[in-house]
Amino acid sequence: MKRKSKFKIPSKYILLVLTVLCVGIMYVSFTMNLGGGPLNTVAGTVFGPMQRGINQVGSWITDKADNLKKLKDVTAENKELKKQVNELTSELNTIKLEQYELDNLRELLDLDKQYPDYDKVAANVIGKDTGNWFSTFIIDKGSKDGIKKDANVIAGSGLVGIVIDVGPHYAKVRSIIDDISSVYGQVLSTSDNCTVNGDLQMMTESQTIKLKNLQDHDDKVKVGDQIVTSNVSSKFLQGILVGYISELKTDANNLTKSGSVTPAVDFEHLQEVLVILDTKKGWSETE
Amino acid sequence: MRRKISVAIIIIVCFLLQSTLFKALSFASISPNLLVVVTAAFGFMRGKKEGMFIGFFSGMLMDIFFGSILGFYALEYMYIGYFNGFFRKQFFPDDIKLPLILIGVSDVLYNLGVYVLRFFFRGKFQIGYFMLHIVIPELVYTLLVTIVLYFIILKINQHLEQMEKRSAKKFV
Repeated sequence: MKRKSKFKIPSKYILLVLTVLCVGIMYVSFTMNLGGGPLNTVAGTVFGPMQRGINQVGSWITDKADNLKKLKDVTAENKELKKQVNELTSELNTIKLEQYELDNLRELLDLDKQYPDYDKVAANVIGKDTGNWFSTFIIDKGSKDGIKKDANVIAGSGLVGIVIDVGPHYAKVRSIIDDISSVYGQVLSTSDNCTVNGDLQMMTESQTIKLKNLQDHDDKVKVGDQIVTSNVSSKFLQGILVGYISELKTDANNLTKSGSVTPAVDFEHLQEVLVILDTKKGWSETE
Repeated sequence: MRRKISVAIIIIVCFLLQSTLFKALSFASISPNLLVVVTAAFGFMRGKKEGMFIGFFSGMLMDIFFGSILGFYALEYMYIGYFNGFFRKQFFPDDIKLPLILIGVSDVLYNLGVYVLRFFFRGKFQIGYFMLHIVIPELVYTLLVTIVLYFIILKINQHLEQMEKRSAKKFV
């Protein structure tokens, strides 16, 4: 047992010292763009496995709950589905024929794969931002798996976000719906450039993100058009689907248009993501 | 030493739950803030100094994993812990009104801090909207969780205090 020493520093001085320390760290990490450095590595190694474990328990429980709930409906559903199978089989045959035709026509048009195949690694989301203001999350793969800072993260076919920090076995990802995220995009059909910004207010209101600075002089862009990442983006690889335009209006300056984009990815139920290992090496990047 | 380890475990468990389980249980993408409960509770149960340190370490944990500027959350949580320490003399374990009020106020102030420093200064002036859709829902959810979590923390703290008393008596 350690005896309490008679001399005690008043807590307000400790507060002052810690405040200065915090502000100092903030200044350093802000100006020098440092992550946590070794602190990150240590913390990631300690917490990563725990988060993974809790998440597995959590998804196991959800799975089991879903199973119980469904069991009742399954019998009724089964009957109905059998009926559907017959209908669908006949439908499938006609579609197969059409597909064959389509393939042939595509070949004729020489529509090759639009995008090159990137090296990807699959990762699980093991933790999400503890607050409600920002939308960052942690995945269970890191630099040991080849992930670098600024690697693009996708899920399904849509863009999820970008790796902002990486440890040996985990990586921090900022999603495109985060309020400080900004992506250079382009409309797929017309190749008009625009920026896509995350927006907390629009996200909570209508599950959309903000589209800005769209230059569409010919008025060709329509609601429902696909937005993909642009070739002028310094961090995002070209041609990854961001989402679909859900709203469009001309700005007050009569030159650009703005509106909203519905993301292609369901961020609410994000569990598995793919990280593209190739990063875009370009000119010096700005946020 | 025993206290330090217990508190560290509480912080770690709450952080892990907050970033995993409670994110899965979020209503309308709002999840509760357990670390504010822990920080504020230890603040008014144990005083300024302990609240301050617990806040500092909780915030640091959040900074490392989810912050974009290191030290920001640490600063906020530290002040929450410190100012809750002023209410130590008014605190009685059986009365849940004061803890609820203090934790509620802490949560709102914490969120206002985040809003002003990270949103307002970037030109997002819709404070009414953010109050209504982020701050208030989080407050309600946090208070609901507080009712359970507070008693757990209270019991752990009482247990620790008893053990400390016992071991102090041994030396007399």
